[in-house]
Amino acid sequence: MLWYLVPSVIMFAAGVYGFCTRKNMIALLISLELMLNSADLNFVVFNRFLFPGSMEGMVFTLFAIAIAAAETAIAIAIIINIYRAVGNTDINSVKQMKF
Amino acid sequence: MDYSQFGAMLPELIILGLFFIVFLFDTFSNEGGKKLLTPVTTVLFGLATVAIWLIPSCGDTVFGGMYVDDSACKAMKAILNVGVFIVLLQSAKWVESDEVAIRKGEFYELLLVTLFGMYLMISARHFLLFIIGLESASLPLAAMVAFNKKHYESHEAAVKYILTAVFSSAILLTGLSFVYAFSGGSLYFDDIRAELSSGSTPGLLICALAFMIAGIGFKLSLVPFHLWTADVYQGAPTAITAYLSVISKGAAAFAFFVIFVQAFGTLYSAAWEWMMYAVIIVTITIGNLFAIRQKNMKRFMAFSSISQAGYIMLGVMTESALGLGSMMFYIFVYVVSNLAVFSVISAIENKTGKVGMDDYDGLHKTNPWLSFAMTLAMFSLAGIPPFAGFFSKILIFTSVTASDSMALYMLVLVALINTIISLYYYLLVVKAIWINPGEARIESFRSAFSERLALWLCVGGIVFFGLVSGIYQFCVESAATLV
Repeated sequence: MLWYLVPSVIMFAAGVYGFCTRKNMIALLISLELMLNSADLNFVVFNRFLFPGSMEGMVFTLFAIAIAAAETAIAIAIIINIYRAVGNTDINSVKQMKF
Repeated sequence: MDYSQFGAMLPELIILGLFFIVFLFDTFSNEGGKKLLTPVTTVLFGLATVAIWLIPSCGDTVFGGMYVDDSACKAMKAILNVGVFIVLLQSAKWVESDEVAIRKGEFYELLLVTLFGMYLMISARHFLLFIIGLESASLPLAAMVAFNKKHYESHEAAVKYILTAVFSSAILLTGLSFVYAFSGGSLYFDDIRAELSSGSTPGLLICALAFMIAGIGFKLSLVPFHLWTADVYQGAPTAITAYLSVISKGAAAFAFFVIFVQAFGTLYSAAWEWMMYAVIIVTITIGNLFAIRQKNMKRFMAFSSISQAGYIMLGVMTESALGLGSMMFYIFVYVVSNLAVFSVISAIENKTGKVGMDDYDGLHKTNPWLSFAMTLAMFSLAGIPPFAGFFSKILIFTSVTASDSMALYMLVLVALINTIISLYYYLLVVKAIWINPGEARIESFRSAFSERLALWLCVGGIVFFGLVSGIYQFCVESAATLV
């Protein structure tokens, strides 16, 4: 089971690292997808190896994937709006409001 | 399949039915009919609010225990409904403005869908239903924050909101996946509680709980997860800011209580008591200290709502029915006080476009009624005696100290000191209105009927909620069914 959890942890760490360091909003979104997928992978692995008799983790993963798709759709729509307003998708160009 | 189970979901069905009515009306009505959309929706929602107050809860647990409709959940839904009704009233003017009028149907639809999600969050007793409710409450809100398409700030706020919201739900899901590993293969709150009550608490489980506190803390804007709050509140349209600051926060606070008492209650002293202890102290203090230096009223209210969220979370520390009842009462009072402030802000913003605290200088000369309502609301938020805010604070402090633990006494002491700090910045607004002379005053105007009605409702709540003890009784009695 451990060998299935290692990629999940690497994906999560890569997602957090990417979210904190990347400047492009699309790259931020990709990092967020990595984090969500690592959580999904966790659910499937725990279900398969710890509780092989039930299906709860698998079903949860299906719903989580659908929700992640909805999140991405809304985020992309908002990023397109930003692109129309500012002309690029650089995270440094949306810092008018602070403190 | 047994469709009679849906009968237990009556509040959700009412909201869903209202959503379909608004959707069909908006899609198929002609130009003349569209003018009626705002009054029809507001009146229908008012009727739905009355219906949800009057319908008794059946106390049923349906769908194999995933969904429960006890009187605590119903009381919380009724409280949120009152708040949403006031938001609808105060947003009616903005919705009819030229820029937004063409998309007003979408506004009401998104609002009703988020309310539906919050209902699911409140009633869920299974993590799958909870996550679905949480996401359907927070995703349409991102679209609503971006509603002012012509304003750059709205987009900036929306992108900040959606990125932090998705980040927080990713953290929440990861925490949940680790909880699942310890749960014995079930995501029901009751099963998790039974499974966790036996044996020790491994480090991974404590880490998972920290992740879950972080995930829900984002929605509640607890410090250190609060950084999105001020920007989003400033950039979003004022009606949405009001909605975000009371309704979404109230629902998340109630769901937080249910999860941490029902699913992780047995780990209270072992795992999450000290985490919440630290988070509450930091939340109240940082929220207060940052509120002092704000000049924009919406940013000011953002930091004020952060520190109020800390006070609401005091109820979670008690783990008792008394604490939940006080928390619900606190949320109810917070709904009316905060919405009174936002009603004044949006009335002035709709007329003049001004949201700075300096713009309010000398407001009492030109708009005495608005000044009066704002002053009462600020007194209530700060907790000055005859108003409701004083009673809600005193009740939540007593419920925390009821367990006679020294640590909780210290927590209440910190909260009390912070109440005094908060008095300073709430009175800054009162000072601007009544004492500062003000060169360029906001001219005198008469606000729309809906705005005046919203303000009267809020002021009535501020004055009477503390004095009528029946409301507190109602909160505590209905809370007793849950704990």
